[in-house]
Amino acid sequence: MTETMNITVTINGEAISRDAPVRQNLVDFIRTEAGLTGSHVGCEHGVCGACTIEVDGQAVRGCLMLAVQADGAEVTTVEGFGDRAAGLREAFATRNALQCGYCTPGMLASALEYIEAGGTADRAAIREHISGNYCRCTGYQSIVEAIADVIEGGRA
Amino acid sequence: MKASRFSYARPSSLDEALALMADEAAEPMALAGGQSLMPMMNFRVARPGVLVDLNRIDGLSGIETTDTGVRIGAMTRYSDLAASDVVADKLPLVAAALPHIAHAAIRNRGTIGGSLALADPAAELPAVALALGATLHLVSQSGTRDVAADDFFLGAYDTALDDCELIAAVTFPGAGQGDRSGFHEIVRRHGDYAMAGVVVATTGGTPRVAFFAVGDGAMRHPPAEDALGPDLSGIDAAVATLADLDVAGDLNGDEATKRHLAGVALRRAVAEALA
Repeated sequence: MTETMNITVTINGEAISRDAPVRQNLVDFIRTEAGLTGSHVGCEHGVCGACTIEVDGQAVRGCLMLAVQADGAEVTTVEGFGDRAAGLREAFATRNALQCGYCTPGMLASALEYIEAGGTADRAAIREHISGNYCRCTGYQSIVEAIADVIEGGRA
Repeated sequence: MKASRFSYARPSSLDEALALMADEAAEPMALAGGQSLMPMMNFRVARPGVLVDLNRIDGLSGIETTDTGVRIGAMTRYSDLAASDVVADKLPLVAAALPHIAHAAIRNRGTIGGSLALADPAAELPAVALALGATLHLVSQSGTRDVAADDFFLGAYDTALDDCELIAAVTFPGAGQGDRSGFHEIVRRHGDYAMAGVVVATTGGTPRVAFFAVGDGAMRHPPAEDALGPDLSGIDAAVATLADLDVAGDLNGDEATKRHLAGVALRRAVAEALA
């Protein structure tokens, strides 16, 4: 039992060891200790999806997991999506699927999981999958079309 | 907001976790998937002294077929249930409920035991457990005990679980020949908290009706069950019994709205069960 714990988290392929306060959530650890500020902190109660990241291959909320829980885990953030999301980035740019960009890292994380799991270009299914990601600029139409473009074009 | 200060324990065995849960003075709380507890901690509605993280204990998750049904370990995540052929085949009601539970990223972490232990009034799985007559397997340092879902859910965020106890697993009786079931949830936006929902199941000719998100927790309504009958034919009479349903208003609607939506949900769930 302790209020800080030494942990090692592999973030985008780089192992980072720190004494982390146990109350620090994972997205704050990523932003402050790894210096990767692509993952955004929005609501801090799991509703907005801006902090969505990948932990051991699954999209999760970075605000609803403690950094200490990710000890030994492989984390991938928007900075680490690399070629996997090249098509998505291009489609988001082409479709103007972002305005302020605050939701974009989380949108990309959710969209990538959907595409890699073999999701179809059915607009309703895409909307359902990204229903846990808020875009307060309300650019959903372009976001959905960008994701559909990637699926129809056969490239993430 | 950020969670208030707490200390953190990461037991690697169930015995170790139960010892931590037994230390009342330390004010322990069990952390399962954290998809409800973490927000509650961030809001500072929940302030554990010691957070007992159950995520590194072997043997608390998994889905197995037993003599009495399908036994699901408490730490089994929603995404694992959704991917399970056993659940799809033997527990169609659980499979029907899963897509309604929050969003994909939440379902990757949230656990069935966490949902049952929290007993959020709008949660789907407590109502599914009531409608199917599930049995909860509880464990503490004093031993184990089995509690029927009917005796487990006591109200909003209130269950028969003692402070020092954990849910180890839950067993759902598998659907038999001729059993029917339906699930319906009314919600403004996919993945939000339900405005009203109901689960209908017949098990060997016995109908069960369990509502959620309309009152003080998941609850059965025996008058509607009697009115429906074994073949679920008495829908008009069943809806009429909802005049006595113990509803409570919330941000989504007042009592009259909730009562109306309960009836709409019941008609749709029964239609689905008969389809």
